[in-house]
Amino acid sequence: MTALAAQVGHIARRSLVRTLRQPASAIPPFIFPMALLAVTAAGLDSATRLPGFPSDSFLAFFLAFPFIQGALFATMNAGTDLARDIQTGFLNRLSLTPMRGAALVTGHLAGVVTMGAVQACFYLAVGLAAGVSIASGVLGALTILGLATLIALAFGALGTFFALRTGSGESVQGLFPLLFVGLFLSSMNLPRNLIEADWFRFTATINPISYLIEGVRSLIIEGWDAQALALGFGMAGMIAVLSLTASAWALRGRLTRT
Amino acid sequence: MSQQAEHGIEAESLVRVFKGDIRAVDGIDLAVEPGEIYGFLGPNGAGKSTTVHMLTTLLPPSSGRARVAGFDVVHEGPQVRRAIGAALQEAALDPLLTGREHLRLQCALHGIPRAERRHRANELLERVGLTLAADRKVKGYSGGMKRRLDLALALAHRPTILFLDEPTTGLDVQSRSALWVEVVRLARDEGVTVFLTTQYLEEADALADRVGIIDHGRIVAEGTTDELKAQIGRPTVEAIPGDGTEAAALARILERFGERTDGSPKGVSVRLSRGVGDLAEIVRALDSEGLRVEHLQLHAPSLDDVFLAKTGRSLEGAGEEAEAEEVEAET
Amino acid sequence: MRRGASFRSVALAVAWRVLHNVFTTPSLLLPSLIFPLFFFTAFAGGLSRVDNIPGFDFPPGYTTFQFVFVLLQSAAFGGVFTGFGVARDFESGFARRLLLAAPQRGGLIAGYALAAVSRWAVTATILTVVAVAAHMKVGGDGVDLFGLYGLALIVSLAGTLWATGVAMRLRTMQAGPIMQMPVFLTLFFAPVYVPLDLLSGWLHAVAKVNPVTRLLEAGRSLIAGNPSEVGLAYGVAFALVAGFALWALRGLGSAERAGG
Repeated sequence: MTALAAQVGHIARRSLVRTLRQPASAIPPFIFPMALLAVTAAGLDSATRLPGFPSDSFLAFFLAFPFIQGALFATMNAGTDLARDIQTGFLNRLSLTPMRGAALVTGHLAGVVTMGAVQACFYLAVGLAAGVSIASGVLGALTILGLATLIALAFGALGTFFALRTGSGESVQGLFPLLFVGLFLSSMNLPRNLIEADWFRFTATINPISYLIEGVRSLIIEGWDAQALALGFGMAGMIAVLSLTASAWALRGRLTRT
Repeated sequence: MSQQAEHGIEAESLVRVFKGDIRAVDGIDLAVEPGEIYGFLGPNGAGKSTTVHMLTTLLPPSSGRARVAGFDVVHEGPQVRRAIGAALQEAALDPLLTGREHLRLQCALHGIPRAERRHRANELLERVGLTLAADRKVKGYSGGMKRRLDLALALAHRPTILFLDEPTTGLDVQSRSALWVEVVRLARDEGVTVFLTTQYLEEADALADRVGIIDHGRIVAEGTTDELKAQIGRPTVEAIPGDGTEAAALARILERFGERTDGSPKGVSVRLSRGVGDLAEIVRALDSEGLRVEHLQLHAPSLDDVFLAKTGRSLEGAGEEAEAEEVEAET
Repeated sequence: MRRGASFRSVALAVAWRVLHNVFTTPSLLLPSLIFPLFFFTAFAGGLSRVDNIPGFDFPPGYTTFQFVFVLLQSAAFGGVFTGFGVARDFESGFARRLLLAAPQRGGLIAGYALAAVSRWAVTATILTVVAVAAHMKVGGDGVDLFGLYGLALIVSLAGTLWATGVAMRLRTMQAGPIMQMPVFLTLFFAPVYVPLDLLSGWLHAVAKVNPVTRLLEAGRSLIAGNPSEVGLAYGVAFALVAGFALWALRGLGSAERAGG
């Protein structure tokens, strides 16, 4: 067990070092979500005047968005880095060491999740600095960080699965538009009960990303909403389990060593 | 002697079939003695890398058996990997890590204690001449530097068997020579068994104690380079006299060393009975008879001649053909 | 060959090549078609309730309101996508071939621009068909719509010239974010979701001076059949084209000095 933990640590450290040494990958997850947060929160601030809108601050309402968008970046970075290892043969090099397959995936994701947690802290800090108050208090803020970290794990594992399955950075990049669409076809901009178009409301209702957003959002603007939290954590957990299982399966196919 | 040092590499009827019924390796038998440098020569697409991947446990064989360092490659994979080091065809480096960071990671994953890692990394960096570049990111390394780092990484955990898959492809002459020196030193001074795949004849000639020539997934010839060359013929000497009227005298002298054979119309060619060792005697004989020779050349069979004799194709042309077949199979 | 004919032949040749590559390569074509449709769907569909905000006064409705933004956005980003192609040409070395072959090098920029607006015309057509199918209400007549699409075409040209100038200066695909981000920010620092008078705070202040706001408001007034400040919008659009044309030409000079 100690050997496995050590291996996970080494791979995680490498994952973090690599991310930090690629400003083009490391910086956008901090900057882009904040840019979108700023323009959307300002642009739709008047939406708080809609009857039934759950908050008098669109910034507070929309603050959940960066956590999810940050997770998308985690998907892309996790997947692209691992795909590059496969394409360059570095995975073969690691395969020839006593490194266990589980350590490869776990270590890789540990690095991704660490970055995800740092991002989440950053988004929360920016929100607080911009005047958002967290309805669920300090414990709620910690819960947000926990949920955001779980979401980063879930999407990081998704990127990892695609990388292991395809071995191609381009294929992983091809995921981005799909996830981006998934993000927009959700309750990102308005609560589901205020979405007028039936088809859009239906899509948002069946879209798991809506529940991730609503889970985070409930802690910010409502306080402790058991149902929203259960659904948020539940969806994140489900995506994480499915993605990790798929990654383990894909790893067996990729790591053909005896 | 440890179990690992007592054993080399053995393969028996090793086969690997890929999707589409492509038999990349079609029944290979080989045995490499501990401490030997074994050259595995063949054109592109012959099955060299696939064989290496199976012997290094990266790919399970479709059938057949192989033992490396006394361990079965299928059932005792982790033990095999502990005993071997491998520098594969791709340099397989992370462009964002420095040379030193690569070594530390490699040492860490092999369980080398933290206290020893720094020392081992420094030792290897010095050995491959990368001390000054150790803290630069690999993306700034030249091809030769990457290959040297690759070799250092393969040696991090002191393996007893080293697999080198086309280690000098793409390197300049100087880098290639430096790598050759290191390979020979490893085998001679440290007793490391080296399994070297190459498509360069001179590399196999220069380094290998024994050579196996592979084509279309099968070994077509195996032995020392001298044995292989001797199999297909003895060397010939060709001499062109300085004075055309002395051709008959020249022929009489040369025929003492072997039988006459076809050569240049202006000269005399003789296939030597005993081999290249007669060349000095020939020169002495010509000198003692006072015969002036305008041109004297020794033609020794090459490994390409061996390949040609065994397969009907030259080694260089065989590579393009094999690649075309692979592309056709994939489509 | 006369100078004018040479310029024209270079432009047409470059435009043909770009269009041929784009329309035969799905990975190049599809993003520029799909993203505008997606944004239209997401904004018009997901935010349709926004026209219930007190003070939101746009008679044709939210779908039409968003259509104008997405039309202009697709025009601007169509130009950026063309800029990616220019950067790719420089990175691969193909641009050097073009520079060597073209007697009138300004024709290269004209060719890229011609390709960009042609490509955008296809996007705009598809977007319009989808919007009409989504029961978008149109208050304007033929002249108004001509004015709207003409404005968008000029925006496409401006976007292309901006991105081409960046591509010719940096000559690498890594210039992508530099091409994209200013366009993205300029577009979004405008009344995207609600009219200008429903914005407040810093965004209202920025949007008031943002030239894209003039374009958006004029475009929306045209489609509503109530043209307002269209002349000003066209002036702004032409000024952008003039400024970015100079930017692109200077970028071409930079590329020439660097040897492509």
